[in-house]
Amino acid sequence: MRWTAHLYQRGLSKHIANNSLTLFLFMTTQLTLNGQRLAVNAPENTPLLYVIRNDLEHKGTRFGCGTGNCGACTVIVDGQAMQSCDMQLWAAADKEVITAEGLSQDPIGQLVQQAFIDEQAAQCGYCINGILMSVTALLKTNPNPKQEVLHDALNRHLCRCGTHVRILRAIDRVIAQINQQVIA
Amino acid sequence: MSNLTLPANIVSNPKLSHWFRLDHLPLVTVCTGKVELGQGIQTALQQIAADELGLELAQIHWVAGDTQLSPDEWYTAGSLSVENGGAALKVALGHARYLCIQAAAKQLDVPIDTISIAKGVFSSSKVSQQLSYADLSLSVNLDQEIISSEAIQASKHQVHSALVGKSLLREDLKSKLSGAAFIHDFSLPNMRHARMIRAKHVQSTIVSVDLEKIKQLPGVEQVVHSGSFLAIVGHNEAQIDAAQEKAQACVVWRSPEYVAQQVETEAMITALPAGDEIAYEHGTKKSAVKTIKARYSRPFIAHASIGPACALAQVTDGILSVWSHTQGPHLLKNQIAVGLRQDASTVNVIHLHGAGCYGHNSADDVAFDAAFIAKSTGMPIRIQWSREEELTATPFGAPGVIEFQAEVDDAGKIINWQSEVWSPTHIHRPGWSGKLNLLGAWMIDLAHPIDETKDNPLPQGGGLRNAITLYDVGYQQVRHHMIPQAPLRTSALRGLGAYLNIFGMESFMDEVAQELGQDSLEFRKKHLQDPRSITLLNQLASMAGWSKRDSLPEGIGLGMGFARYKNTGAYCGVMVQLRAEEKIYIDQVWAVCDAGEVINPDGLINQIEGGIIQSISWTLKEMVTWNKEEVTSANWDTYPILMFDEVPRVEVQLLNQPGVASLGGGEAAAGPTAAAIANALVQALGMRARHLPLTPERLAQIVE
Repeated sequence: MRWTAHLYQRGLSKHIANNSLTLFLFMTTQLTLNGQRLAVNAPENTPLLYVIRNDLEHKGTRFGCGTGNCGACTVIVDGQAMQSCDMQLWAAADKEVITAEGLSQDPIGQLVQQAFIDEQAAQCGYCINGILMSVTALLKTNPNPKQEVLHDALNRHLCRCGTHVRILRAIDRVIAQINQQVIA
Repeated sequence: MSNLTLPANIVSNPKLSHWFRLDHLPLVTVCTGKVELGQGIQTALQQIAADELGLELAQIHWVAGDTQLSPDEWYTAGSLSVENGGAALKVALGHARYLCIQAAAKQLDVPIDTISIAKGVFSSSKVSQQLSYADLSLSVNLDQEIISSEAIQASKHQVHSALVGKSLLREDLKSKLSGAAFIHDFSLPNMRHARMIRAKHVQSTIVSVDLEKIKQLPGVEQVVHSGSFLAIVGHNEAQIDAAQEKAQACVVWRSPEYVAQQVETEAMITALPAGDEIAYEHGTKKSAVKTIKARYSRPFIAHASIGPACALAQVTDGILSVWSHTQGPHLLKNQIAVGLRQDASTVNVIHLHGAGCYGHNSADDVAFDAAFIAKSTGMPIRIQWSREEELTATPFGAPGVIEFQAEVDDAGKIINWQSEVWSPTHIHRPGWSGKLNLLGAWMIDLAHPIDETKDNPLPQGGGLRNAITLYDVGYQQVRHHMIPQAPLRTSALRGLGAYLNIFGMESFMDEVAQELGQDSLEFRKKHLQDPRSITLLNQLASMAGWSKRDSLPEGIGLGMGFARYKNTGAYCGVMVQLRAEEKIYIDQVWAVCDAGEVINPDGLINQIEGGIIQSISWTLKEMVTWNKEEVTSANWDTYPILMFDEVPRVEVQLLNQPGVASLGGGEAAAGPTAAAIANALVQALGMRARHLPLTPERLAQIVE
């Protein structure tokens, strides 16, 4: 198990957790958030979502379910779309994390964010930032995804307002823009 | 100067300074009681305001839903924000504009009719000097009662602004899509996080609780325990969140005795004790040659917002401030005061944007939770509900049954019509009919009694919304069986009874047409006299290719649904093309909407598209489940909603009617969409589905 292996690496012999007591180990973890190298002093098993929102005060990543089922909290970790409610701080150590606040620094991220604004691909907008992350991570490695690949990425997200049609339209717009740039 | 009739929201908030102020210069302050719920209303209302005052949107300081600073416009609900809130803004801001033009003319020493306003600048053809709203701030008396007159209305011609009718981009989305923007993202100095500890049936009571064990959980600084109200408080949200589940294991609950095991909606609903009332009767019964009858049902449906409920509260110098994503800040303020047994003058509610709101969800309840915890601890509090609470403790959209009976003459026309509705209440909001209706207030020690339910009467209707047919059916009778107590708590969910009643009525129109061997579109048109409805249906039919319906391949169906929401709001027609295999695959949806004069066309299209997709999700997938102890559809696995790969192509057209009164459209699409699906299914499968949701299991049942 990765968790055990990780503790072992750090010289801890066991992890205590039972119904009445959870061991919170306050340690310093280094990570890069939106291009900025940071040290976080928080228990290593803190969900990354709370670290980003509360310790690092980047509020553009949203809590939706806490169990990795809705995608609202998705961030990009070393290029991968990850659900930050379901990922603990230690797993992001020394990695590069991108959130909605940092999207504009990335050429593809900027296109994705702008396309969602241009298409007004939001109603309440609560689920959208997670979707922006998944779409950016996907298009950075695969600028012309097949429909099944796109659906696989999007099916990790729920939208209750029913904005799906516009979200798909915004993604089509970005794909067209990227491919136009490549040709040009 | 003749005084014209004032809109109701002006009558209840008569002071000009309730709506318009020059206290935030150089911006112009505009106040409204209608709040942004994710439906884009802020932008549409700002367009109306800007056109009245000759401003750009960026020149407006917008104040919405603050009980100290905004007018009380009741709830933001019922698709009435443009109809009522917009109409009130036009009158109030028209009066303000008229006074400002007069003041500008005086200051520039020019005739009043030479003044024009554009981009916030007052100018006259007679002089080169120009004035801004700031220049007029000392010369306009806003401490006066609003009036409306022909002269005031005529002064609109002096404004050069034409934002109404344009698809302006929503300003609020820029911050939402890049950082902090929602209530969840706000914090107070020295704030503590709180979580509720509760059972999965919200009206359960505490039998016993191990408070000492809860206090020892990491991160728990305080436990608030009063009656069956139980909350934990601490400064670290991650720890408090982790402690929530562990604390739940420290409580023994007793679920309320009236909760019966779940059975099929139709059987459950018609078996519950209920009233019996003829709610509407019109025309004279004639003798008929044929009688057709059918019954339709819908289950409990969850709001299931992606963002959980959240609120902040703090007490400062004896004044309780509550930040909330409520639909009715003024009503909530009053009921929090009742719940806490303190004077309403010591409570303020300030609206902040929340995640998608589709009706009376958990926003008000979480606001009471925050208020009670802040008052008990003396600490500034931020509380957020869990996903489980969101899906179990939030009021549900009410289940119901509707039965239709149509009698037909020998010319194939309906001459007698009866609808009979069974439903619990569709409105149980704080302040509704003066009732408290706050979950936490029913739980605390010295508990307030659980409020009796009372449904919304006609003409708007709750369970009876859209139960009266607008089709020309001769004699018509509507009978209502209001159920005072359902197994689960119900309140307003987008469309209220209209979703079921339109699903039923539009399915039934197809059934009658089919029984008589008539084309279902022509059959509807034969029973319609209103030219707007007929124009809409013709446009919809040509958009979707209705005339080629009979040549669709086997297994594919095209169906339609149509209604005027509430019989007074927007008209919406929907056609759906689908495939029926082991489940229903919806390929394409077409819709036409007539909402009178459209303020922001893209905003309205967004609402119609969203209404269609949400309705597809309700219709195909959604049903709350429970057992004797608890609601069992408590997470996204057990309460699935529509996924991206299930989304059809959607095309929406608007029939814009400049100069014709604007009609609310936010809830117009759901009922017609559900009926269009069921009607298309008949062509695709040869079977009629009358009971929702249309899951693969249901399909298997009706095919058998």
